Amino acid sequence: MSDLTRISAAALAEKLTAKEVSSVEATQAHLDRIADVDGAIHAFLQVSGDAALATAADVDARRAAGESLHALAGVPIAVKDVVVTKGLETTAGSRILEGWIPPYDATLVERIKAAGLPILGKTNMDEFAMGSSTEHSAYGNTHNPWDLDRIPGGSGGGSAAAVAAYEAPLAIGTDTGGSIRQPAAVTGTVGVKPTYGGVSRYGLIALASSLDQAGPVTRTVLDSALLHELIGGHDPRDSTSIDEPLPALVAAAQQGAKADLTGVRVGVIRELQGEGYQPGVLARFEESLELLRGAGAQIVEVSCPHFTYALAAYYLILPAEASSNLAKFDGMRFGLRVVPEDNPTAERVMSATRGQGFGDEVKRRIILGTYALSAGYYDAYYGSAQKVRTLIQRDFTAAFEAADVLVSPTAPTTAFKLGEKLDDPLAMYLNDVATIPANLAGVPGLSLPSGLSDDGLPVGFQVLAPAKADDRLYRVGAALEALLENEWGGPLLLKAPELEVAR
Amino acid sequence: MSTLSRDEVARVAGLARIDLTPAELDRLAGELDVIVESVARVSEIATPDVPATSHPLPLTNVFRPDVLVEPVDRDLVLAAAPEHIDGKFAVPQILGEDA
Amino acid sequence: MSTLVDYDDAVTRYDTVIGIEVHVELGTVTKMFDGAPAGFGEEPNTSVTPVSLGLPGSLPVVNGKAVEYAIRIGLALNCSIAETCRFARKNYFYPDVPKNFQTSQYDEPIAYEGWVDVELDDGSIFRVEIERAHMEEDAGKNTHIGGSDGRIHGAEYSLVDYNRAGIPLVEIVTKPITGAGARAPEVARAYVQTLRDLFRALEVSEARMERGNVRADVNVSIRPTPNSPLGTRTETKNVNSFRSVERAVRYEVSRQAGVLDDGIAIIQETRHWHEDTGTTASGRVKSDAEDYRYFPEPDLVPIAPDRAWVEEIRAGLPELPAARRRRLQGEWGYADAEMRDVVNAGAVELIETTIAAGASPAAARKWWMGELARTAKQQEIELAELPVTPTQVGQLQKLVDDGRINDKLARQVLEGVLAGEGDPETVLVARGLEVVSDDGPLLEAIDAALAAQPDIAEKIRSGNLGPVGAIIGAVMKATRGQADAGRVRELLLERIGS
Repeated sequence: MSDLTRISAAALAEKLTAKEVSSVEATQAHLDRIADVDGAIHAFLQVSGDAALATAADVDARRAAGESLHALAGVPIAVKDVVVTKGLETTAGSRILEGWIPPYDATLVERIKAAGLPILGKTNMDEFAMGSSTEHSAYGNTHNPWDLDRIPGGSGGGSAAAVAAYEAPLAIGTDTGGSIRQPAAVTGTVGVKPTYGGVSRYGLIALASSLDQAGPVTRTVLDSALLHELIGGHDPRDSTSIDEPLPALVAAAQQGAKADLTGVRVGVIRELQGEGYQPGVLARFEESLELLRGAGAQIVEVSCPHFTYALAAYYLILPAEASSNLAKFDGMRFGLRVVPEDNPTAERVMSATRGQGFGDEVKRRIILGTYALSAGYYDAYYGSAQKVRTLIQRDFTAAFEAADVLVSPTAPTTAFKLGEKLDDPLAMYLNDVATIPANLAGVPGLSLPSGLSDDGLPVGFQVLAPAKADDRLYRVGAALEALLENEWGGPLLLKAPELEVAR
Repeated sequence: MSTLSRDEVARVAGLARIDLTPAELDRLAGELDVIVESVARVSEIATPDVPATSHPLPLTNVFRPDVLVEPVDRDLVLAAAPEHIDGKFAVPQILGEDA
Repeated sequence: MSTLVDYDDAVTRYDTVIGIEVHVELGTVTKMFDGAPAGFGEEPNTSVTPVSLGLPGSLPVVNGKAVEYAIRIGLALNCSIAETCRFARKNYFYPDVPKNFQTSQYDEPIAYEGWVDVELDDGSIFRVEIERAHMEEDAGKNTHIGGSDGRIHGAEYSLVDYNRAGIPLVEIVTKPITGAGARAPEVARAYVQTLRDLFRALEVSEARMERGNVRADVNVSIRPTPNSPLGTRTETKNVNSFRSVERAVRYEVSRQAGVLDDGIAIIQETRHWHEDTGTTASGRVKSDAEDYRYFPEPDLVPIAPDRAWVEEIRAGLPELPAARRRRLQGEWGYADAEMRDVVNAGAVELIETTIAAGASPAAARKWWMGELARTAKQQEIELAELPVTPTQVGQLQKLVDDGRINDKLARQVLEGVLAGEGDPETVLVARGLEVVSDDGPLLEAIDAALAAQPDIAEKIRSGNLGPVGAIIGAVMKATRGQADAGRVRELLLERIGS
């Protein structure tokens, strides 16, 4: 086992900069790790080893030539399969896109490539990012490195598991209702959903356009800040991209690591605790609050009364937008085409392709969304959901007058068993109850590990900040991380069982 | 709020161009009925005085200059197409049910 | 099936109401939502980006120039420009729509509530009320191949080219046009023609009908009297020439009158225009009849045109065709009927340029509406298609004004220009047509003519000027028409008086 896979991205970047190790060595170490454990984890749908090593060699050569490189140049990264990568199969976890080789790169991929980060491959996910467990992937589920019989969260379970299992130091996730933060919580890793518009959506296969946001998946808060600064910032190809510089995220994380939160007001959201939350989850949450208080933070309680309607609004807005976003998957221009027998018309081929190419959850949500938008129902469903969205935004506005950041458990429970909630969509949806409000309001959120629950599985602590104040996530997150690791004597992941190595 | 019948699910699936087997239809009708009943709660607080929010951030007037960009490589696009002829996408007959 | 009712009969018993939707492709460099070229005639699927192909992950960004053009159109149609408006998605599955939704404006158009005055053939003005003008994107093009007749229903395959997909469109929708009565077909045609002229004047589109830059959907309904409630309407799609617009309305009135005469109800439906037969035919009834599931486009943000920007655009509007015609008519001193003929003949620009090249307004009109109009008619082409430029016509007239040729010679010179022999000056020299202006040869010819007809010469000498024409004619004949008859007369009288 190589040390290079166990250290943080920031530490690896320092070693690369100091020329203590080469990017080829670091990349190969991760490819070896993938070969060793991914049979059991199944975090990756595609491993692009040759391309990653070529990038690594190029970075090494440029570094040797004295070229000035990005701080993360040469640090390998995994990319969720919902992100379009030129020349590298991109399926979004769906049978309908099996074999699709995109002719272009997402903006964030362009930035990753320009900075010289070798792309290790594409990570598994619930089909079109619809799910909280990766069990809705058309290519088989990912396993939680903490317990292979449990879910790694979703939709970005692949990215979180890859990072947790030391298969990659960095990964890209996307978060529509918690798909970065909830997997982070259940795998003991860090995940950040930036402010809506903070990272370009150009090249993300859209689930729900007004909710989707890409962000970092890492093992440390500082690593997330580094990756966030790399992929974030204005993109003229995304109309909803914020045309302002990002706040200083890395600096905020560095400041936070000093664990001084004097004067910082931390708001505890009353509605995101209590019923439905595991006792162990709540216990770890309370302990973290105490640590924050000890670091000088002022803990206040805030109420967001409309959050109880967030899940309902979300499961109208998301399916409605998704039903339209996913209309393009019809077997005409790319991807799967299913041709039924006898005189197939375009219309019948479309219906057959979509009937066979989409999985259950996708069909469920497309039909729900189509229904919510169809004549006569729009006002009651989609229209009402958009009003709830306004009310939730107002809740946030009021809460952020009383507090600089808001906090809650990231997910109500630890990782559940594979298959446990597969037949109960509503129970599955409840996993996202604490993460969804941020997506509806567009505010940024971070999840970091806050310990193990009574079942020995990781618990996540969520920090939310006002729109465009992502730096606060990093300051508070890094502070709590430092305080907790001080208690634990190191990262939580050290407590994870060692995976059996295949070779 | 209304319940979602099997017939209604079949109609909506048609609108969404998704073939469903009878078994799928049975199952989905049951599941969707429960989900719809649950999400219909939104109308409880969506009073007329509350404005709708379609975008998380209130941006306006995001325009692009009328300047050409490099078109995408047609060979790559067609290579990923189910079928193509003479530089065009080949698709099954349109409106063939009238034939 | 009901029989058609003769149009003139139909309009005695029914009142016609029409409504017209005109789509114009904007002449921007790039598409509505991406930087792919919005041009015409490129190789299939080469004027596309991931956005115009609707590839997974792609996102639209609004072309600011297209918004400006839409505002220009809205202002020229006397519309209000929305304080804020949005794009919406119109969801329907069709292979030429790459995303399976069209990004369009639905309940919030950029321009609304306007009007435009349309001039009819007799010079009367008919005001058409505009409901709205909104922005949207064009679809790709299907080519239907295979099958027995290559037509859509027998096709085995369609080939799709997305070069046109995403080209910016502005759709202009009228309110129901009432009060046109029997002239509804003419109003429809004149309206589309007026818009076409407007688009060109505004420089927002080349507005070439034959390329489909301007396309009209024509709604027609009839009712027993102007006071009756509106009848059920049909919408005839994609009527793409002025003449067809007029014919399509006429045909629908005749057809609907026949149906109603038989006591059958009109079906609200989409119909297709068949140019070859001049008829409309029922389209397919769609199973999901217009449940387009519109909702605000989440990938685009609202457009709130800054008022200062709108006023700047308004101030920069060019003179519009109707105002320009009024101004030119005044400057040229044409009578109403004369001006109308000029407009209908498409000769306004031609005459304007001819005048700029030195001709008087009267002379310019004489050429274009006379000799040249006859030639164009013979050849069944438009005036502008004649192989003569307005500048050449101006040069021709200058030769006449300078006395270098007379009217008869001028027609011969024009003949040479039309035959491709070059500019008027070149033709004149090459054909040796210049008026003989040197008195010497003329005097010789006069003397010869007098000598050849001594009895006539005697009469003239005795003061009887009646037969001078015979001498002048002889001189003109001798000089092969190249003499200035006025000068010949002067010289002849001098000669005799001397």
